[in-house]
Amino acid sequence: MMQLAGIHVHPCLSGAAWLPDYEALLVADLHLEKGSSRARFGVHLPPYDTRAGLAALAAAVNRWQPGRVILLGDSFHDDDGPERMDAGDRAALEAIAKKAELIWVSGNHDPDLPASLPGQHSRELALGPLTLRHEPTVKAVAEIAGHLHPAAAIVRRGRKVRTKCFVLAPNRLILPAFGAFTGGLDVRHEAFRPLLPGDAFRVVMVGRSSLHLLPGRAVL
Amino acid sequence: MDERTGQTGESRTRLPEPFAEWFAARGWQPRPHQLSMYAQVAAGNSALLIAPTGGGKTLAGFLPSLVELSQGRAGKGLHTLYVSPLKALAVDIARNLETPVAEMGLPIRIEARTGDTPAHKRQRQKTNPPDILITTPEQVSLLMAQEGAEHYFANLRTIILDELHALAPSKRGCLLALAIARLERLAPGLKRIGLSATVAEPDSLRAWLMPQREPGVEELASFVEARGGAEPDITILSPPNERMPWSGHSAVYALPALYEAVKQAHMALVFTNTRSQAERLFHELWTINEDALPIALHHGSLDVSQRRKVEAAMAAGSLRAVVCTSTLDLGIDWGDVDLVINVGAPKGSSRILQRIGRANHRYDEPSRALLVPANRFEVLECEAARAAAFAGAQDGEGPAELKRDVLAQHILGCAVAGPFHPDALYAEITSAWPYRNLTREDFDQAVEFVSTGGYALKAYERYAKLKPMPDGRLRLAHPRLAQAWRMNAGTIVEAEMLKVRLGSRRKSSAGRPLQTWGGKVLGEVEEWFVEQLSVGDTFLFAGQVLRLEAVEELNAYVSRTSDTDPMIPSYQGGKFPLSTYLAGRVRQMLAEPSSWGSLPEQVRDWLNVQRWKSVLPRADEMLVETFPRASKHYLVCYPFDGRLAHQTLGMLLTRRLERAGMKPLGFVCNDYALSVWCVRDLSLAIETGHLSLAQLFDEDMLGDDLDAWLAESMLMKRTFRTCAIIAGLIERRWPGQEKSGRQMTVSADLIYDVLRAHQPDHWLLKAAWDDAASGLIDARRLAQMLARISGHIVHKPLDAVSPLAVPVMLEIGREPVYGEANDALLAEAARDHESGLIDDAMRLV
Repeated sequence: MMQLAGIHVHPCLSGAAWLPDYEALLVADLHLEKGSSRARFGVHLPPYDTRAGLAALAAAVNRWQPGRVILLGDSFHDDDGPERMDAGDRAALEAIAKKAELIWVSGNHDPDLPASLPGQHSRELALGPLTLRHEPTVKAVAEIAGHLHPAAAIVRRGRKVRTKCFVLAPNRLILPAFGAFTGGLDVRHEAFRPLLPGDAFRVVMVGRSSLHLLPGRAVL
Repeated sequence: MDERTGQTGESRTRLPEPFAEWFAARGWQPRPHQLSMYAQVAAGNSALLIAPTGGGKTLAGFLPSLVELSQGRAGKGLHTLYVSPLKALAVDIARNLETPVAEMGLPIRIEARTGDTPAHKRQRQKTNPPDILITTPEQVSLLMAQEGAEHYFANLRTIILDELHALAPSKRGCLLALAIARLERLAPGLKRIGLSATVAEPDSLRAWLMPQREPGVEELASFVEARGGAEPDITILSPPNERMPWSGHSAVYALPALYEAVKQAHMALVFTNTRSQAERLFHELWTINEDALPIALHHGSLDVSQRRKVEAAMAAGSLRAVVCTSTLDLGIDWGDVDLVINVGAPKGSSRILQRIGRANHRYDEPSRALLVPANRFEVLECEAARAAAFAGAQDGEGPAELKRDVLAQHILGCAVAGPFHPDALYAEITSAWPYRNLTREDFDQAVEFVSTGGYALKAYERYAKLKPMPDGRLRLAHPRLAQAWRMNAGTIVEAEMLKVRLGSRRKSSAGRPLQTWGGKVLGEVEEWFVEQLSVGDTFLFAGQVLRLEAVEELNAYVSRTSDTDPMIPSYQGGKFPLSTYLAGRVRQMLAEPSSWGSLPEQVRDWLNVQRWKSVLPRADEMLVETFPRASKHYLVCYPFDGRLAHQTLGMLLTRRLERAGMKPLGFVCNDYALSVWCVRDLSLAIETGHLSLAQLFDEDMLGDDLDAWLAESMLMKRTFRTCAIIAGLIERRWPGQEKSGRQMTVSADLIYDVLRAHQPDHWLLKAAWDDAASGLIDARRLAQMLARISGHIVHKPLDAVSPLAVPVMLEIGREPVYGEANDALLAEAARDHESGLIDDAMRLV
């Protein structure tokens, strides 16, 4: 268990974060319907990413029984995503919405999701001292965001292990991307530099069966 | 010279004028196989020519077309298509051919077309085609799909396929075979000429060339074979006063003798198996190059301009030796090579024969070759290869068959060419030899995959790439798809490469990181190699010791250092497994001490001590030794089935040993043996019946165990990525944008995971599995091996390591240890840093 601005944060193996103080489950960057997004251009990626992402979300909801699920933006790969959803996937989403209140924070991929989606819509929101938004901001005081799809790598015994990760700094938490087709961006990439000055951050690497806390300087 | 023709004995054939006169004027005689080829093709036959390098093979292939063109056929559209696997060769061949054509004053126009040919020239070739077009397999696919292909190929009479032995076993060969099936429809009766080095089964190439229309009846092309008169002269280097290494691949012990051999030769080609070996050897040779002999380096990672420079210097005769990899296996003769040196294991008989043939520049004289084993096992392998070479035994791969990803690419290409009827296309495709056994069901699934992705969830019907027409034909849904197909055509999928650039360094100013910026490009390396390096690590590349300074985007910035010993010893690339045939010969040799006469004394001693301390298995047996060492327990087995199959076996054995409670910790392997180590006492477990070797090595490991491992396997993911790109599921490029390899890898892995979880029987997963089984996983060979050793396992419990086990045991620590426990590695790293944190906290200054 970690803390951000005195609030308990529990990173999960699924890539979600559980905030028991608010009974809130946070996930970022599901990118639902990414598989189908280029279909009309003749790129026919497997159309199973939405069900994989929703199944993982449903499992996390069953595990934590949250009052609310906050989706930190880029929940759909584009605003037309909900329309392309298969009937089965739509049913799966509604089943989740029956168990917890859904809050759709808008992201750069889905700035304007249709109101027909179950739950509330929001640009950003406050949870006690915390600000929740899609894109991390440089001057954040206590912020939880997504957007960057953080990943980290170590080399051990001649083998490189690279995984998605949570990034924790004194003033922020960045969540890994939750979706099935979402790649990762190395925390050493310059996009992170203004957000993580120096090596004063830690990562929680998401292994297959366990999480691993490492200081930022340990990461390649 | 011994000369043999297949179906008709036409050695009395005379060439018509002006060809006969042209030969006579130069004091030359047409070679018998050149005449035979002419006679065969003039009689309307297709033919396969097998001839060694330097046998006038290219001219033999062209003669029939030149004669036909000289007899009033020139200037009437494209007559002959000549396909070479090497882009660089196309231009050279066109130039070489122009000489005789000009000297005979023939009105024949010859042009080359490759990916590098400028657009305006390609356009002219389209509107005003040459008589002979020299090109690559990829270009044939593109030409076949272009608008007006019917007209363009209407007068095509002949297609000549060079280096067919190298093309046919590859996916490029499959794509070419499909394109030829299409050409046959546009130009019925097309004559096919195959030019090949010696192969194990010429009949499969003869069949490959021909349209196969009736199931069960194999059409064969005529066969012409020319043999070099002289047997190759092969020596195995064994410096008597040097200690023969137990393991390793660098052959440094033999360096002075090797240098001496180079000095004696006029021009030597020094072949190695991997780029790292080439780099290392080149580096070491220069440290003792007291005579300052001009010795150059040539391998696939070096910058193209640098390679061309070396080739030109070879041709000009200004070099004494070139250290190279398989990049010089194929191609025209660049110089007066009179000695071929092969450093390291020969790996296969055909492979070594071909390399030796590179010294065959004077056709009737023996090729001189020097084999340099780098360790004791390689001595046995070299002996086996020498024996195989004298017997003329070939063991190269046969033609590739039924590559599904290639099929998908071709089907879309056919739609780009115009609407097609599935029945007609099925008949056309199954007339290509590699696809003669394609079932209609498999074909229909391929069409479905091309159109909508072939998913059980019918999500993409409305985005189908192929739309049905009222007459039952299918047409391309949108012209944009044609453009995307053209950009992605071909079967060569490069590993993600980084450019190695010299970067200048600037002192860091006020907390800013080190600045580096672009200097000269030295070449390219695989991304994974660079990923294992930290800034400051040194490695050998392009013959120099380099220090890694920074990695930015797709560039690895390096600086030169004065260090002589690089920290990172090697990077792999091009490791071929030991061929089944040669492995069989090595097993035979081990089993028969009477055959050890030619072995160096040190090697004989080694084997004799093995016989005394442990066992030398019979040729049909597999020896398993178990012994304790340094509080661990080892199992070493000797299948001799090549590194790839051993790696897969190692993965599967550790799973099974884990289940048997033996607590395995890791394994390493080489081409000959595999060593697994455990916490528990293996000898004891076998003796008391707790562990059964027969069960451990049972063939059923290829079922669930293999399946479970594949879910995680990086090798499987790499194979899938290649299939997905060739099949068009992932785009390499699209108009106006080029996707970097890095982004692609991520998505290919994720696609693999998702597809495997939700539709494990998907058509493309099947394609990838078939590829991996004969490729990186080598499950096919593992299956043969498990069947072979069933009931023939000899177990020898020992108190200590045996002589035969030493080489593979020495690999421990040199090679990464295989395993799947990524989480374990992460936990270890986290633990270390925990204690590191405490150290930091407790430090007083």
